Amino acid sequence: MTDTPTGTTTGEKAADKSGGGTAQAAISDFGIDTTSRSTGEALRDYVARVRGGELGSLPALLGLVVLLVVFSSLSDNFLTLGNIANLLAQGAGKTVIAMGLVFVLLLGEIDLSAGTASGVAASVMALHLVKSGNLLGGMGSTVFYLFCGIIALAIVLAAWMRLWIGVALSAVALLIALIGLPANPWTEMLLALCVGTAIGCVTGFLVAKVRIPSFVVTLALFLAWGGVILQFIGQGGTLGLRDDTLFKVANGNLNTAASWGLFVIAAGGYAAVVLSRHFTRLRKGLVAQPTAMVAAKVAVVVVLSAVVTYLLTLNRSHSDLVKISGVPYVVPIVLVLLVIGTFVLDRTRYGRHIYAVGGNQEAARRAGIDVPKIRMSVFVICSSVAALGAIIYSSKVGSVDPNAGGGNTLLYAVGAAVIGGTSLFGGKGRVSNAVIGGAVLATIDNGLGLLKQPAAVVFVITGLVLLLAASVDALSRRRAAVASR
Amino acid sequence: MSEPILELRGINKSFGPVHVLHDVDFTVRAGEVTALVGDNGAGKSTLVKCIAGIYPTDSGEVLFNGEQTHIHGPKEASNLGIEVVYQDLALCDNLDIVQNMFLGRERGRAGLLDESDMEQAARKTLTSLSVRTVKSVRTPVASLSGGQRQTVAIAKAVLWDSKVVLLDEPTAALGVAQTRQVLDLVRRLAEQGLGVVLISHNMNDVFEVADRIATLYLGRMAAELPTKDVTHSQVVELITAGRSGDLGIARPENAVV
Repeated sequence: MTDTPTGTTTGEKAADKSGGGTAQAAISDFGIDTTSRSTGEALRDYVARVRGGELGSLPALLGLVVLLVVFSSLSDNFLTLGNIANLLAQGAGKTVIAMGLVFVLLLGEIDLSAGTASGVAASVMALHLVKSGNLLGGMGSTVFYLFCGIIALAIVLAAWMRLWIGVALSAVALLIALIGLPANPWTEMLLALCVGTAIGCVTGFLVAKVRIPSFVVTLALFLAWGGVILQFIGQGGTLGLRDDTLFKVANGNLNTAASWGLFVIAAGGYAAVVLSRHFTRLRKGLVAQPTAMVAAKVAVVVVLSAVVTYLLTLNRSHSDLVKISGVPYVVPIVLVLLVIGTFVLDRTRYGRHIYAVGGNQEAARRAGIDVPKIRMSVFVICSSVAALGAIIYSSKVGSVDPNAGGGNTLLYAVGAAVIGGTSLFGGKGRVSNAVIGGAVLATIDNGLGLLKQPAAVVFVITGLVLLLAASVDALSRRRAAVASR
Repeated sequence: MSEPILELRGINKSFGPVHVLHDVDFTVRAGEVTALVGDNGAGKSTLVKCIAGIYPTDSGEVLFNGEQTHIHGPKEASNLGIEVVYQDLALCDNLDIVQNMFLGRERGRAGLLDESDMEQAARKTLTSLSVRTVKSVRTPVASLSGGQRQTVAIAKAVLWDSKVVLLDEPTAALGVAQTRQVLDLVRRLAEQGLGVVLISHNMNDVFEVADRIATLYLGRMAAELPTKDVTHSQVVELITAGRSGDLGIARPENAVV
């Protein structure tokens, strides 16, 4: 393992002086690659990057630690097993919506309608369950045919943009609605997902092809979908989700064996992927982190997840009559989405193109990337994933009311993504940001609730945290711009 | 003198009533740097865009490697091995050097990326150009200096086995030391056997790296001469007046005869 390349410098040394002050830390004088750096050097590099404004999830992780310490010292109930499990389920719905929003934010766009769009998906799902699959009867014929018309429109628009996945999923939604399949929790969940996709096709088309600013399109749709939910459910009504499977999505737990099985698959899989990738890179002589750092990172993740799994498999019931234990279902659900999202963004051509369009649209266009299609597709992903979030939050409360996805849902989701380190200016962000940010917001919500704070205080504090995160984003961006000069 | 790799004969191009290029002949030779100079509005950019396939030509013929071809679009130009490095570089700040170099042409199967292959290829290209000023090919472009960005943009153009590289004002926004780096790089491209076209306003740069100087004057090719046969002031006269002594476009009174 070679360390810093020794400076057999020629004229380049003088040449690089003009590179400027801060850039010097990142770019040394000589040598195209150092293959592998020593641990100390890598740490110094990391510190230099953080000082240069590349904060990533660091502020959110630190904030999470501070919040955990503060709340556990102020409230005796906060660090109880029951509350931790509850916190996970409470935050999961909005976190999932945030994961979809990351894709939109990566292009520097915004989807303000993700919350109410998820509400539409939830209300269609609930309606299908309550009316035993008879959507026509549940909605009334005029509304039903309008609903089918909009989904058909979504299919046409997606086909126009050659977004075949959008076509396929929207078509499934149309089929389920028209055929009138009997109520079945899996059909309902699929229907919710597909309705989300259809909504995303419409939003994405308006932004990418008609070229209305996404802020306006989604603000308009935010209001419109709110009305649609009200129409589906009825003023003051509530649709109960009386189904065991749907109830268990957010309230059920894996049994002890399955919990440990999840641990082995998730932690083991993570370790295997990270380590095999690291050693492949080393073998091929590519840029790699120091082995010690990689090993430390893997060890921390494995140990932490082992501890959490162990704690969650203990009995957390308050009464002696029932036993509640095991990892909540929402954990594997969020993990699977996290893995898929990260894989798509990091390892596929499509993900690379998303970053490129977010970084420099003109450069992406000249490189031959179909920019409108990419822009449309992120809205499709956002709404589809938001529909999955809707399944989770509806399951948590066990019913869908006209406020589903309204109120602060969307702002929580945007907040989660931004607090986790996704830039509002586009080009920077990861799906894991949404999970970390979602954990921060869920902790604030839960902790302040336990401290018996009124909703007013919760809203104000959540708003301030979002503002703080957005300021950190803007300031670090400025700092990065200065560092590169 | 080497064989011409790209030859343009009698190119005409009009935008509506404006006749921008008049019967322009232009030759690019492998292993040589051809400087394309001319005042603002002389038609340099239009000529480059015609070569790159962005504008169709009205008349005239294009010979690539001695064979007649037609360039109908940017894709066809890059298929022939013609790459253009535009003034605004078109790099994504948030991506690293490897990702930028392969943007839009990522390697890998079934939509998945083959990072190691791309990283090795990028490093090989940068090494072959003796680029030594970037520490790691995984450095994000945002943290590179202007000269380094230019280097990446040029390396990106070279990556595709290109035969001809057109550089639009590569040193315009650079400091002295960075200009030095880029000019060295331009020279190395030619040494590797590529045909290089350098558009520049800076006579010092032109005289330093160019083997031949082609001067456009109001859409006409005033002169295309070896650098060693002309002086600094002659080229400036060619640029500003279209002629210099016996060189350049003939005086109207002589032309009539």
